[in-house]
Amino acid sequence: MSMSQQAQPAVDRPPASGPKRTDGRTARRPLPLRLLARPEVGVFLGALAVLVFFLITAPPVRDGSSMANILYQSSTIGIMALPVALLMIGGEFDLSSGVAVISSALTASMISYQLTLNVWTGVIVALVASLAIGAFNGWMVVKTGLPSFLVTLGTFLILQGANLAVTKLVTSNVATDDISDMDGFGQAKKIFASSFDVGGVQVKITVVWWLVFAALATWVLLRTKYGNWIFAVGGNKDSARAVGVPVTFTKISLFMLVGFGAWFVGMHNLFAFNTVQSGEGVGQELIYIAAAVIGGCLLTGGYGSAIGPVFGAFMFGMVQQGIVYAGWNPDWFKAFLGVMLLGAVLINLWVSRAATRR
Amino acid sequence: MDRSSRPRSRGPAPLVAVAAAAVLTLAGCSSSHGGKKAEEEAANAAAGKADTPRMTVALVTHQAPGDTFWDTVRKGAEAAAAKDNVKLVYSADPNAGNQANLVQNAIDQKVDGIAITLAKPDAMKGVIAGAERAGIPVVGLNSGVSDWKKLGLLEFFGQDESVAGEALGDKLNTTGAKKIICVIQEQGNVGLTQRCDGVKKTFKGTAETLYVNGTDMPSVGSTITAKLKQDSSVDTVVTLGAPFAMTAVQSVGDAGSKAKVATFDLNKELVKAVQNGTIEFAVDQQPWLQGYLAVDALWLYKNNGNYSGGGEQPVLTGPAFVDKSNVDKVAEFAAKGTR
Repeated sequence: MSMSQQAQPAVDRPPASGPKRTDGRTARRPLPLRLLARPEVGVFLGALAVLVFFLITAPPVRDGSSMANILYQSSTIGIMALPVALLMIGGEFDLSSGVAVISSALTASMISYQLTLNVWTGVIVALVASLAIGAFNGWMVVKTGLPSFLVTLGTFLILQGANLAVTKLVTSNVATDDISDMDGFGQAKKIFASSFDVGGVQVKITVVWWLVFAALATWVLLRTKYGNWIFAVGGNKDSARAVGVPVTFTKISLFMLVGFGAWFVGMHNLFAFNTVQSGEGVGQELIYIAAAVIGGCLLTGGYGSAIGPVFGAFMFGMVQQGIVYAGWNPDWFKAFLGVMLLGAVLINLWVSRAATRR
Repeated sequence: MDRSSRPRSRGPAPLVAVAAAAVLTLAGCSSSHGGKKAEEEAANAAAGKADTPRMTVALVTHQAPGDTFWDTVRKGAEAAAAKDNVKLVYSADPNAGNQANLVQNAIDQKVDGIAITLAKPDAMKGVIAGAERAGIPVVGLNSGVSDWKKLGLLEFFGQDESVAGEALGDKLNTTGAKKIICVIQEQGNVGLTQRCDGVKKTFKGTAETLYVNGTDMPSVGSTITAKLKQDSSVDTVVTLGAPFAMTAVQSVGDAGSKAKVATFDLNKELVKAVQNGTIEFAVDQQPWLQGYLAVDALWLYKNNGNYSGGGEQPVLTGPAFVDKSNVDKVAEFAAKGTR
C-alpha cells in the first residue's frame, strides 16, 4: 500500500517539452536509401515475394474472392498485431494477448446470455474487463519492475485456466451458448463481423477495421507526442523519464491498448461464430508477436512501425492460406509455414542491413 | 465480537444500493429473445439415489482442456456417480505419461474403482498392473477397443475412433458423395487421425485431409474456405467436432461452394443445424453414455459382482447417426448438454 503511494508522484509528472528540432548533425541521405532504412521496407518486399510466389504456384489465389479470404485471415491476426507491435516498440511483451481475446468473447457472451440482457451490455462489460486486464498487466510490470515476459506469462496461465473454469462454472459446458437470437446481435454483427460487396467479391468488415486501425496507429506513432513517448520508453526507460516522459502512463496505456485489441477481435469471434469455445486462443499470442517482429519491430523495443506489422500479418495470412490454395501435402503444412516465415525474415534482415550499411 | 459485527452491519447498505441500481440499469437493457430465460423453460428431471455405501471412483482420461466431447463424457460419469452414491474423482491429461501418473495417483488414493481411456495403451500397461496388485478393478472407456482385454481390464465401454470413421465413410457412400475433405483441428492427434483414416478406409470416392488451427476459429473458417476454392470438386466437408462443423457451414457459404457438411460428435447448436438442414448428419458415439456406463459398471461390480460382456466382448456405444429422421428425439437432450 504505502510503497505504491510513495512511488506515485515521482512518475506521474507532466511531460516537459523535449527537444524537437533537427540539429543538422546528420546529413540528409538520398531518398531510396532513406526509404530502405524504414522498418517496414524489408517486410514489404518479403510480403510481395510471398504474394508473387503464390500467384504463380497457386492459381486459385488469382481470384478476387480468394484474396478477400486471405485478407480476412490476415486482418484477424493484424488487428491484434498492431497494439502488440506498439507495446513492443514501447519495450514490453504481452503473452496473454491470445487467451485475452477469448476471455473477452466469453465475458460478453456469458453476461448477455446468463442474465438475458441485450448483447450490447455484454459487449460493454467485456470492453471494461479487457481494459482492466491490460491495466493490471501494465500496472504489475511498472510497479514491480519484473520483466513483462514473466508477468504476462502469469496472466496468460491465469486467463487460460479462468476461461475454462468460469465457463464451466457458469454454463456447465466448456463452450458458451448460442446468442444469435438475442436482442442487439444483428447490430453488433454488422459492426464486428459483417461483410460487404466490392465488385462481386464479399469482403469481411474486419479488413476495413484493420486498415483503419493501422492508419490511426501510424498517425499516433509518427505525428503525436504520445507516439514519441512510445519510442522513448522502449528505447531507454530511464532517460525517457529523465526528459519528462510519463513512463508509467505510457506503458500502462499500451497494455490497455492490447486489451482493446483483444476485445475487438474477441467480439469478432463471438459475432462471427455465435458461440465461443473456452479452450481457444492458446498459441495465438506468438502469432501476433511474430507478425510484429516480421513487420520490423525489434524484440528489444524502441524501434518499429505500425505499417510493418500490417505487412507481417498479411504475410502470415498469405502463407497460411497460400499453402492450402496451392494444394500441397497438408502433413507438411507447419514445416512449410516455418520455412516461408524464416525466408521472409531473412529477406527483411538483409534489406535493412543493406540499407543502413552505407 | 462487538467490534467485528459493527462495520459489517454498516457495510451492506450502500453495497445493496449499488447492486440494486446495477440490476435496475441492467434490467433496462434486457433481451426479449433467447438467453438463459429461454433455456430455463426446459426443466431438468431429477433421478433417484442408491443407498449403497459411499465408494470412490477415479475417471482418468486423455482429455485436452476445453474439449466439448470430454465434457459430455464427464457429465455422464457425474450423473452415474450422483445416482450410485459414488464420489467421482476426475482427472485428465492428453500426454500419455502424465495420464499414467494420474492413474498411479488414483491407486495411491486407494479408490474403489478406476475408469480409464486407452489412447496410448502401452503407456498404461504398468499402472494397470499396479491397480490389479492393489486389488482395484479397472474398466476402459472410449478408446482402446482392441487393447482392453490384453491389458486385463474388467470391461470396456465405447467405440474405436476408426470404427466410427468407417461407419461415417459407409454412410457417405449412400449420400452419393464423390470427393470429401476431412478437417483435422489438431495436427498429430492420434484419435482425430484415426477418425479420418477410418473414413478413408470405407469411403469409395476420394478423400483428402485438411489441417486447421483449432485454437483460432477465424483461421479454421478461412482455411476451409481456401480449400473449397482450391478444389471446387469437393462435395462434402467432414469435420471432427461439432463447433468446427458450424464454422464449416459458414466457409461453404463464403466459398460459394455447394458442399454439404457432415461431422463427428454433437452439441446443441449442431442439433439445431441438423434440424434445419444446414448439416447433413452427425455420427455420435454417445460420449455421455460412455462416462455413465463406466462409473455405473464399477458400482455394479462392487455391489453385485456384475460385469458387462463377460470380460470377452466390449460394450459398443456407437456409432449412432443423428440426421433429419431422428434429430427431434435427440434435440431435447442435447439442449441440456447430455447428448
